[in-house]
Amino acid sequence: MRPKKRFDGIAVLNATVLILVSLLCILPLIHIIAVSFSSSASASAGYVRLWPVDFTFASYMYTMSRTEFWQSMLVSLTRIGIGTPLNLLLTILVAYPLSKESHALRFRSVYAWAFFVTMLFNGGLIPWYTTLKEYGLLDSIWALVLPGAVPVFSVVLLLNFFREIPKELEEAALIDGAGHFRTVWSIFVPISKPALATLALFSMVEHWNSWFDGLLLMGNPANYPLQSYIQTIVIQQNLSNMSRDAMLDLALISDRTLKSSQIFLGSLPIILAYPFLQKYFVKGIVLGSVKG
Amino acid sequence: MRAKLRKELPLHLMLLPGLVMIILFSYVPMAGVMIAFQKFIPAKGLFGDQKWVGLDNFEYVMNLPSFTQVLWNTLFISSLKLILGLIIPLVFSILLNELASNVIKRSVQTAIYLPYFLSWVVLGGILIDILSPSGGIVNEFLGWFGVSKIFFLGDNDWFPFTLIASDVWKNFGYGTIVYLAAITGIDPGLYEAATIDGANRWHKTWHITIPGIRMVIVLLSVLSLGQLLNAGFDQVFNLYSPQVYESGDILDTFVYRIGLLDAQYGVATAVGFFKSIISLTLISSSYFLAYRFAKYRIF
Repeated sequence: MRPKKRFDGIAVLNATVLILVSLLCILPLIHIIAVSFSSSASASAGYVRLWPVDFTFASYMYTMSRTEFWQSMLVSLTRIGIGTPLNLLLTILVAYPLSKESHALRFRSVYAWAFFVTMLFNGGLIPWYTTLKEYGLLDSIWALVLPGAVPVFSVVLLLNFFREIPKELEEAALIDGAGHFRTVWSIFVPISKPALATLALFSMVEHWNSWFDGLLLMGNPANYPLQSYIQTIVIQQNLSNMSRDAMLDLALISDRTLKSSQIFLGSLPIILAYPFLQKYFVKGIVLGSVKG
Repeated sequence: MRAKLRKELPLHLMLLPGLVMIILFSYVPMAGVMIAFQKFIPAKGLFGDQKWVGLDNFEYVMNLPSFTQVLWNTLFISSLKLILGLIIPLVFSILLNELASNVIKRSVQTAIYLPYFLSWVVLGGILIDILSPSGGIVNEFLGWFGVSKIFFLGDNDWFPFTLIASDVWKNFGYGTIVYLAAITGIDPGLYEAATIDGANRWHKTWHITIPGIRMVIVLLSVLSLGQLLNAGFDQVFNLYSPQVYESGDILDTFVYRIGLLDAQYGVATAVGFFKSIISLTLISSSYFLAYRFAKYRIF
């Protein structure tokens, strides 16, 4: 602890700057929330700052009365429901063998490179799209979960975590007659719960936030996940092929509150999960960035 | 020998599903880069009897006047993002570390990470609203200081800087965590000794904090080099419009438009292939340098 001094001008300045920057990070979101709960007249007139004016749920009622909203919400939840367990399962199955030494697993480095290369090089957008089209995956939930089924970055994090587990534990299990599958399931997975929780969160946020694959691979808007749906409603209507004048007009007549409520609903799960996210992600990010 | 193989077999089996997945969804699309050398007709299929055209697609693209512009935009936007994305988090982590109050420290951290977790769709929607020249709160705020309205997302002079600033805004919390974690790892004894020797805040920052996290700075700089051609598809796609193509169109959005909107599959793949090759070189060199200078190894 630093000794208490007299008035420390620089410390006060520092705290002030940091608080201002923090406000810069959250105020835009608060503004959008305020707009979403305001009447459309006050929102269009630009009266709303950080607190709702003429508080109303009208925009939420309207959004939630749309079947498209619920359809896309269901797609998003299905995507997380299938995608996250699949990501975790494959991450564990790949990370465990790769965490072994080369003499314990033949071709270990060949395998490791095979996975690593996918992080370095890809075919690009068109070959990727064409491939998925030829597999007949367009307009199917599988197009949203299978291409990213093996998150190589997570594999790297987990295999490094597995390496920290004392060898004796594994040897003891093998001596007691457990096979590798048993060892993974009964020893590695329970020990790695914090790491797995982190990876599960990574995966959930990734699936929730993805929008481009939905837009590209789902021909029928009924199959859009929520973020893709919001993208078409909030962004495309605003920007596509609009001259400056048309944009100014639209801003005046369009329902800002409606868009704001959709933006808020699209980020709500993240905001609700944020306290957990923050705790786990900090660990995960640090692990992933500055290991060694 | 056979016994050893039997012992290993489960490990190979475990790898199988993952391997099948990356073969199907990473390696087969990689083989698809051959589209770059074809006059590709989708109806004939990826491995169908396509017409080979050699380097025609590449030649065609290189001669497009917009290609040079797009390449320049990509490099300009991404290098500014990379540089600011390294420096600003560094400054903030040092400022945060200097904070005496833990309550403020934790609140500031919580606030600055938040945008990182939101998708560019959500943030795009927010930015379109608050930056709008008609009724956007940012312009209204600037108006109080007598600044006339700025069309941040529709003006070619402003658009690239809007992209850069909003990208830094979204991501600097992430970088700050990394630096802060590194700063926490510095031996507190060094600061105590320096204090006894009469060092002030600046001395300690210059002579202890920055050297103490030098490795992390080197590592992050080197690794970010590999991202030079990624100017941020998600962000640009959600913020740009035809009137700012001139200053904001990047390689990835260019590929999307000529490929999927104009259905010029071969040409778009050629651009993608060009980008992948350069990126591969950059990423490989950055991993090599990271190992060389910071002993960083991914496995």
